[in-house]
Amino acid sequence: MSNDIRIRKGLNINLKGKAEKVLENAVTSNFVNVRPEDFHGVIPKLLKREGDTVKAGDPLYFDKSNEDVKIASPVSGTLVTIERGEKRRILNLKIQADKTQTYHEFSSIDVDKASAEDIKSRLLESGCWPFIKQRPYDIIANPNKQPKAIFVSGVNTAPLSADLDFVLQGKERELQAALTALSKLTSGKVHLGVAKDGNSPLKNLKDITVYNVSGPHPAGNVGTLINKIDPVNKGEVVWTVNPQDLVIIGELLLTGKFNAERIVALVGSSVEKPRYFRTVIGAEIATIIYDHGVKKDGNDRIISGNVLSGKQVKPDGNLDYYSNVITIIPEGDDYEFFGWNKPVFDKISVSRAFTFSWMFPNKEFDLNTNTNGEHRAFVTTGNYEEVFPLDIFPMQILKACMYKDLDEMEVLGMYEVAPEDFALTEFICVSKQPHQKIIRDGLDLMMKEIG
Amino acid sequence: MALKEKLHTLKEKYRGTKMAPAFNALHTFLYLPNETTHNGTHIKAADDLKRTMNTVILALVPCLLFGMFNAGYQHYAALGQPVDFLSWDSLYIGIIKVLPLVVVSYGVGLAIEFLFAVIKGHEVEEGYLVTGMLVPLIVPIDLPLWMLAVAVAFGVVIGKEVFGGTGMNILNPALTIRAFLFFAYPTWMSGDKVWVHGAVERAGTADAISGETILGSYAQNQEVLYSLSDMFYGFIPGSIGETSKLLIILGGLFLIFTKVGSWRIMLSTIIGALVMGLIFNGVVDAGWIGETSKFYGLMSVPFWQHLIIGSILFGAVYMATDPVTASQTNKGKWIYGFLIGFISIMIRVFNPAYPEGVFLAILLMNVFAPTIDHYVIQANIKKRMKRLKPNVA
Repeated sequence: MSNDIRIRKGLNINLKGKAEKVLENAVTSNFVNVRPEDFHGVIPKLLKREGDTVKAGDPLYFDKSNEDVKIASPVSGTLVTIERGEKRRILNLKIQADKTQTYHEFSSIDVDKASAEDIKSRLLESGCWPFIKQRPYDIIANPNKQPKAIFVSGVNTAPLSADLDFVLQGKERELQAALTALSKLTSGKVHLGVAKDGNSPLKNLKDITVYNVSGPHPAGNVGTLINKIDPVNKGEVVWTVNPQDLVIIGELLLTGKFNAERIVALVGSSVEKPRYFRTVIGAEIATIIYDHGVKKDGNDRIISGNVLSGKQVKPDGNLDYYSNVITIIPEGDDYEFFGWNKPVFDKISVSRAFTFSWMFPNKEFDLNTNTNGEHRAFVTTGNYEEVFPLDIFPMQILKACMYKDLDEMEVLGMYEVAPEDFALTEFICVSKQPHQKIIRDGLDLMMKEIG
Repeated sequence: MALKEKLHTLKEKYRGTKMAPAFNALHTFLYLPNETTHNGTHIKAADDLKRTMNTVILALVPCLLFGMFNAGYQHYAALGQPVDFLSWDSLYIGIIKVLPLVVVSYGVGLAIEFLFAVIKGHEVEEGYLVTGMLVPLIVPIDLPLWMLAVAVAFGVVIGKEVFGGTGMNILNPALTIRAFLFFAYPTWMSGDKVWVHGAVERAGTADAISGETILGSYAQNQEVLYSLSDMFYGFIPGSIGETSKLLIILGGLFLIFTKVGSWRIMLSTIIGALVMGLIFNGVVDAGWIGETSKFYGLMSVPFWQHLIIGSILFGAVYMATDPVTASQTNKGKWIYGFLIGFISIMIRVFNPAYPEGVFLAILLMNVFAPTIDHYVIQANIKKRMKRLKPNVA
C-alpha cells in the first residue's frame, strides 16, 4: 500500500558542499559529551557522580518531571567532569571513553511477540526513549500517553542533509525491528514518508504505512508529513522518530546492546572533502572536521545539525544527541558596500528584487552566516505562505506567540508545529525575525500554562 | 578599505549611546552590516527591508520623472504657449516645483523618523523611504511647502509613530498625509485651479488659466477636452505622479515581477473598479437616471475608462498594496482589493465635492483590513475545530 504526498509550496536551498557518498571511520573520540540542553524541557537528576564508571546504555540521569525517562551514556568509560553553569545548572557530562567498549547487556526481545508494555519498559530503561519525540511541544515523548499515530520521515530535504538512503542501507533488520516495536505502542498506525524517486531501505518494510513524498523542502520534515496525513488536535499526541535513531532502537531490541554508533555527514562549503563518517553520539567534532575538512584558523561556523535548525558548536564541541550532519560554512561577519541595493547573484532569494538566484535554479550557492540586513518589525506579507505548506497561517501564529495569546495560539494550530517547521519562513524573512525561537518560546509557554 | 574600518570603529564608539540609531541608519545605508546569525537558521536569504523598499522606490521613479516634465508641459499648455513634452522648459518647471516637494517630504519625514528612533532607542526603519517618495506624487503641484511639512509631520507622528512605527500602523501614512492636507487646506487640494502650476496665483486676473481635471469636467457634466490616448499616456493635469497610466502599469508589472507588490490586490482592485463602473453604466442604460442629473456625467463614462482617469491605477499599484495596512491573508487581499476598487468608483461618482475617491476608499479599507483577515482566519480555525469534534463525540 502506498500513497503519494506532493508538496508544492517550499524552497530547495541548494548549497555548495554536499557530502560524497564515501564512508570513513572517524578517529575514536577520547571524550564523549552528553549535554542536557539537547533534551528540551528535561530537568536532569543525576544518577552518576564524577569519577563513576559507566557502560554504554547505563543511565546518567533521569527527568525530574518524569522519572521513567532516562538519558543513557553513549559509550562505556568514566564520567570525568560534570560542568555546571549558573544556579548549578548542568551543562555537560563529559565521559572519558574506554579503549574497548563494554555494553550494559539487556536481554533481547522478540518484537513480533513482545507486548507493548515490555517494549516500552525496555526502551525506557535502556536510554532509547529520548529518541522518541512527541507533538505537541516537540519534546521527548511522555510515556504515559498513548499516541494516536507515529510518524517517521525517511527523506531529508533540508539543505546539505545526510542522504538517508545511503546512511540506512544494510540496516533493514534493525529498522524493521524498531518499526514493528513502535507499531505496538500506538493506537493508530506508523506513518513513514520516503522519497518518491528514491530507493529507501524503508520502502519495503512491514507494519507501517508508506507515503511517497515529493516536492521541495520542507517535504521531508516530519511536521509536513503529520500535517498532510493526520494533524494533531487538542488533547491528542503523536510521536516522531528520526530514522537514524530507529537503527539504534532496533539494534537494542535485537541484541540487547545500546550502540550509539551513528553515521554522520560532514558537509558545507568550508569543508575540503565533504563525506560521511561513522562515529558515536556525543563525539568530539575535532575528531572529524580537520582531516581534509576545515583549516584550523579558518573563520567558520560549525553547526551540529543542518544550516536551518542546527546548533552552533565550538571547534572543541561535540555532535549533539539527535543530529546526523555537521555543517561548516564561512562566517559572514563583514560589511558589504551598498549590499542592500546592488544586484545580488551569489545569494539565495525568493524575490526578484535585483536578486537573481531565480535565474540559476541548479547553481550551488556558497552562503555565509551574515543576516543580510537588520532585524525589523513584520512588514511584508504573503511571502511566508509561498514556502510554508502546512495548513496554518504562519505570520498570524508567530504574532500570537509574540503577544502570548494562548487561546489564539491554540486555535491557530500550535499543537501541530515544531520550531523546525518555521525554518524556511525564518530563512526568507525580510524582517529577519527569529521565527524558530518565537515558536519555541510559544510552545514552552503553552507547556507551562496548559500542560 | 579605510572607510570600512573607520566606520566600524565609530560604530563601536557610538554603541549603546543615544546617537547610535542615527549613526547606524547612515552606516547601514553605506554598508550591509556585519551582523551574523545566532540561533535559528544559520543562513538568511538576500532580501531585507531596505532592498524591498528600494524596489518600490525604483518603481516610482518613472512616475516622478514623468510628473516633472508634465508639470512644465501642462503649465505652458494652459498659458497657450505649448512646448515640447521632453524639453528643458518643461523640465525646468518640474525642477523648481516638484523637486522641492520631494526634498521637503523626505527632509521632514526622515528627521522625525530619526528623532523617534533616537528617543525610543530603536533602529531607524525604512518605511518612510517609500512614503516620502509617494507623498510628492499625490499632491497638486502648487501646494505650499510649509503645508506639506505640516502634513508630513502630522502623518508620520499620528499616522505611524504613535502606533509604534513601521509595521505597526493602521492607516497608510502617505494617504494619511494626503487626507490631512485635503481636509485642512481644501482650497489647495481640489477644484480647477490647483492642478497646473501658476493657476492659483493667476486666478481672478486677466491672465487666469484653468487646469480642470478630467474628473472635474465629468463631475460638472462638461465636455472633456482630452483624448483617451492623452489620458493613457498621462499628458493631462492631475496630481504630480499619477497621470501616466502607462508608467504606472509598467511599475505595477515590475512590482509583481520582483514579487514585492501583491498582484492579488492590484488585480482585484481593478476588477472592483470595473464592476462598479459596469453597474453605473447599467443604471444609465436602463434609463433610471436622467441627463439632467448631476451624476449623469460620471455615471455614463464607459466603465473601462474609469481606469485611465483619476488616480485609481496609482492607488491600486502603489497605495493599496502597502503590506502593513492591507489585508495580510491571501484570500483577504482579494476581498480588500475588490472593495477598494468598488468603493473608489462609488465615491468618485456620488461625491460631487471631491471628484476623486481613491484615497478615501483605501483609507476606509485600511481600517477594515484586520476585520477581513479576522474572518479569513476564522475559516481556518473552524476547520481545525471541526477536525476535533468527531474525536470528541
